[in-house]
Amino acid sequence: MKIAVLSGKGGTGKTLLALNLASVADKASYLDCDVEEPNGHLFLKPKIQFVEPVEVKMPRINEEKCTGCRKCIDFCRFNALAYVNHSIKVFEDVCHSCGGCTLVCPENAITERNKTIGKIEKGLSENVKVSTGILNIGEASGVPIVKQLIESEASNDELVIIDAPPGSACIVMESIKDADYCVLVAEPTIFGTQNLSMVHELVELFKIPFGVVLNKCLNHDNPAENYCNDHKISIIGKIDYSQELAALSSRGELVSRTNTHYQTLFKTILNRIVEEVAYETTSRT
Amino acid sequence: MKQLLVLSGKGGTGKTTVASALIQLSHAKAFADCDVDAPNLDLVMHQRCEPIKTDYFGMPKAIIHEEVCIECGQCQSQCRFDAITYNQFNETYQVNLNACEGCGVCELICPVDAIHLESLVDGQMLLYKDERVFSTAKLKMGSGTSGMLVTRVKKQMMEEEIDTNIAIIDGSPGIGCPVIASISGVDYVLIVAEPSLSGISDMERIISTASGFGVKTFVCVNKYDVNTEYTDKIEGYAKRKHLEFVGRIPYDVEAVKAINQGNTIVDIDCASGRAVGQIYETIKNKL
Repeated sequence: MKIAVLSGKGGTGKTLLALNLASVADKASYLDCDVEEPNGHLFLKPKIQFVEPVEVKMPRINEEKCTGCRKCIDFCRFNALAYVNHSIKVFEDVCHSCGGCTLVCPENAITERNKTIGKIEKGLSENVKVSTGILNIGEASGVPIVKQLIESEASNDELVIIDAPPGSACIVMESIKDADYCVLVAEPTIFGTQNLSMVHELVELFKIPFGVVLNKCLNHDNPAENYCNDHKISIIGKIDYSQELAALSSRGELVSRTNTHYQTLFKTILNRIVEEVAYETTSRT
Repeated sequence: MKQLLVLSGKGGTGKTTVASALIQLSHAKAFADCDVDAPNLDLVMHQRCEPIKTDYFGMPKAIIHEEVCIECGQCQSQCRFDAITYNQFNETYQVNLNACEGCGVCELICPVDAIHLESLVDGQMLLYKDERVFSTAKLKMGSGTSGMLVTRVKKQMMEEEIDTNIAIIDGSPGIGCPVIASISGVDYVLIVAEPSLSGISDMERIISTASGFGVKTFVCVNKYDVNTEYTDKIEGYAKRKHLEFVGRIPYDVEAVKAINQGNTIVDIDCASGRAVGQIYETIKNKL
């Protein structure tokens, strides 16, 4: 079972929830897909067992074969190729690795080489298998890292918790597309609510069953809660704002491992999700 | 016009809260929200006019014309983005528009010319224009290309000839393409850091990213009292990197109330608003 945790807005508590759901399960895999700013490992502190590089294909021009016809430049929709000083120059930052230039070259002058854009670290932290995607600084897109991360945990037997990046763009879509259930984490501000509405639209578009966890709840009107009620979205959990929780989290403490109150709270949320997934599966078949 | 971009690396540290306060304090006549896949600045800027809306076309996407397709499957095998799937029920090849990056490889190799790339509306650019110019956008869900839209949002703001010393830009979290697109060409970056293990790790990554552009960078800490030890660490880190540390903002329940009423934190009298006021006094002489 794959559960993705997302939020649209950053800092609402995706990582807090994803980590604690994984840690209260008997056994789980935690995938950190926030490859631009991965943080889960700071809390889980896994013993790293192995590291695999993530590579993409980059065009390599054979200068001797190249006749300067520029068909590759005309083809490339990402403007990643240019003719400078009588040779083809590759702008690797904007290349999407589509391979089109190698196909279009009439002289077979373009081959491909591998370029490392980041890595995946795999390790173990008590009952949790931890996989962290890390994008190298200066690289534009972490999508290939997310793809490789999700493929590496393709088995459906175990519980996989996917910690998605903020936003609602391509990298978020890649992170959630194979999920059986999405948890949307929302904070009680109009900022959080506007972004909740965006990811709500996204999960509806992807037709993935979902529920909302309200985080940082304060003793006053909660616009995110009102949004859920207005749209008949099920609220599967509530976490109150607490200075203690904020302080513990700031130091990288995994609260469900040290505090029975939080252990019970996250266990209840996890059970609720498992029930919802079971219900969705039976009602679909 | 000088451009100040507010970034953070980690999400939710308070970029929009700080950016909106700085817009009010500096009486900036031009500002933009470059967090195009989770925009929020519009909620607190009290626009008094209707926006001018322009359709945004991202990369064109592949469309397969079924009546011409001979189902050879070459497009599917060459697509590096797994965007072409075979639908067994109606026996057709189809493009998953969420996955298609518009590279044109399928169009190139199709032996019967059944595939064409077509531009689709991927979102909307919004421009509010009265005595101030506010450029923002809404990305259509599922369309993806946010880096390109960030560039357009900034360009839309810069093309308005408005007499102002400073333009303030609210950025997006992370260090990838939308952030890189937003840093490109700005004069100053203000990083809003958060005093936590995660916040420090993310701040170090965004500072490395920004330093690649050689932009003058300021650092401040929001919710500093959540962990003063880490706040000190952030200040120390900034100094070691020769970046200017410009202030500390306390955690403030009043800030949540102000935002939820559609106000910035300097529209009311509150501790966080006063702290951003001091930050503005510190940086305004350096702009």
